[in-house]
Amino acid sequence: MSQAVATSHVGWLGKLRVLFAVHYAEMIEYRAEIALWAIATMQPLIMMGVWAQAGESGLFSFTQIHIFRYFIAVFLIRQITIVWIIHHFEFLMVTGRLSPHLLHPIDPCIRYILMHLGEQWTRLPFALLIVGFFIFLYPDTLTGGAEGAAWWPGWLNLSLAVVTCYAAFILRFFMQYALCMAAFWHERVGAMDAVLFLPYAFCSGLLFPFEALPDALRDVLLWTPFPYMVWFPATLMVGGEVPMMRAALTMAGWTVFFFVLYRYFWHRGLKHYSAMGA
Amino acid sequence: MNRYLNTLRIFWSASISAEMEYRANFVMAALSSLMSLGGTVIMLYLFYRTGYEMGGWPWRDALAVVGVFTFLEGMQSTFMTPNRTRVTEHVREGTLDFVLIKPINSQFWLSVRTISLWGIPNIFLGLAIVGYGLITRETPPTAGGIFFGTAALLLGVLMLYSLGYLLSTISIWYIKLYNITMAMQALVETGRYPITAYPAAYQTFFTFVLPVAFMTTVPAQLMTARGGTGWLLGAVVVAALLLTLSIAFWRFALRYYTSASS
Repeated sequence: MSQAVATSHVGWLGKLRVLFAVHYAEMIEYRAEIALWAIATMQPLIMMGVWAQAGESGLFSFTQIHIFRYFIAVFLIRQITIVWIIHHFEFLMVTGRLSPHLLHPIDPCIRYILMHLGEQWTRLPFALLIVGFFIFLYPDTLTGGAEGAAWWPGWLNLSLAVVTCYAAFILRFFMQYALCMAAFWHERVGAMDAVLFLPYAFCSGLLFPFEALPDALRDVLLWTPFPYMVWFPATLMVGGEVPMMRAALTMAGWTVFFFVLYRYFWHRGLKHYSAMGA
Repeated sequence: MNRYLNTLRIFWSASISAEMEYRANFVMAALSSLMSLGGTVIMLYLFYRTGYEMGGWPWRDALAVVGVFTFLEGMQSTFMTPNRTRVTEHVREGTLDFVLIKPINSQFWLSVRTISLWGIPNIFLGLAIVGYGLITRETPPTAGGIFFGTAALLLGVLMLYSLGYLLSTISIWYIKLYNITMAMQALVETGRYPITAYPAAYQTFFTFVLPVAFMTTVPAQLMTARGGTGWLLGAVVVAALLLTLSIAFWRFALRYYTSASS
């Protein structure tokens, strides 16, 4: 690998840029499909409707406007944190197309991350259109209505939200990529993702605001990796209070855990892979 | 008619034996159905634990809506989704030619070609939840309510099928639209809760544009004897309309079919 770097004329950054450009161009080809996919990720916006109605009743600790902002933030975060590598990896594995990727002087994992980024950039304009539509429906989300304040989390919170959002993507990516490694031994790993998706959906804050949870349950959930994929960046984006230190450490801990898990099984898997002569 | 029933029997027994090869996956599907339902019920409880009643629906009646939704989800992944993805494949690979020359209605063939056992757990879990909601509620359901509710439930299945077929027909023009199923699925998710639990704009859209309200809220409403036999009439009209539309649209689309990758 080091040899390839020495003989090439483009730096690492240049390579990354080229790979990104290639995958972005590739994804643009599928923009019709990706636009539909933006619609397919609208579940938080549907839940927004139910929770907004609930917020109006006055029986909960949150207001309707808070719900609008929270779920729009969740929807945007979801756009950056969708990971589908497991389905692609299964395809590469089953068709034997992983082999050419292994010959490249760049770890395939980097290529897959750039693929995701390319796909995200293709999807984002469609997602923004959807957000625009909901803000048009409920303009109070931005303005805060008659007596509320406008939606502005502050520069610090906003930049932290963007950083944690990409950190959330990396965490989710490695969680799924670690599971991908099972593909070296088992053909159908895509089905496993469906099982992993459930705790993600129900524990991350994708479908409900954390304020609706009983305190004890919320505390337990904050030890799992899931809230850091949605709740953490979303709360920063709406300008809410987050136990910063604890959140950052738990998130980093889980990311390292899944990364190490992936590296370990990647090396074992590769040995197994060549052994099969696949 | 006999020919159609025979074809159906052969298709389904073949797909069942094919599916049996993946028994472990079936267990996994059953587990994930159970977990998913558990999550949904807990989430429903998050609304009700404060004394809030979703759109005026008491806890047990709202559970019936969740049950109806789970049942439809199961019906969809058992009978509809596997066939829908195949339509696109046939168009892309040009194998739709062979379907069209068969001496049988092409829409029928494409709609019943295969079934998947993965949705079966959801079908039973859904019915169980509906049953639980109905039996434990203070005033037991009436026989008429059950009858009309079941009729509405079947109409809901028909609506879901027609909508799905309408969408997969689009693949005659645009192949590679696998995601269209996903997009519809996401919007149909609305049916997990009674339609009155949503703000006005949502209610309008999901009643008149995408009639999800007729698929889950109306059957549950009739079963729990919350009145609204007028809605049943509405459901009949909507289902008939969608079915006719899906047949007409398929015939129309076939005129544009020019074999492989049209």
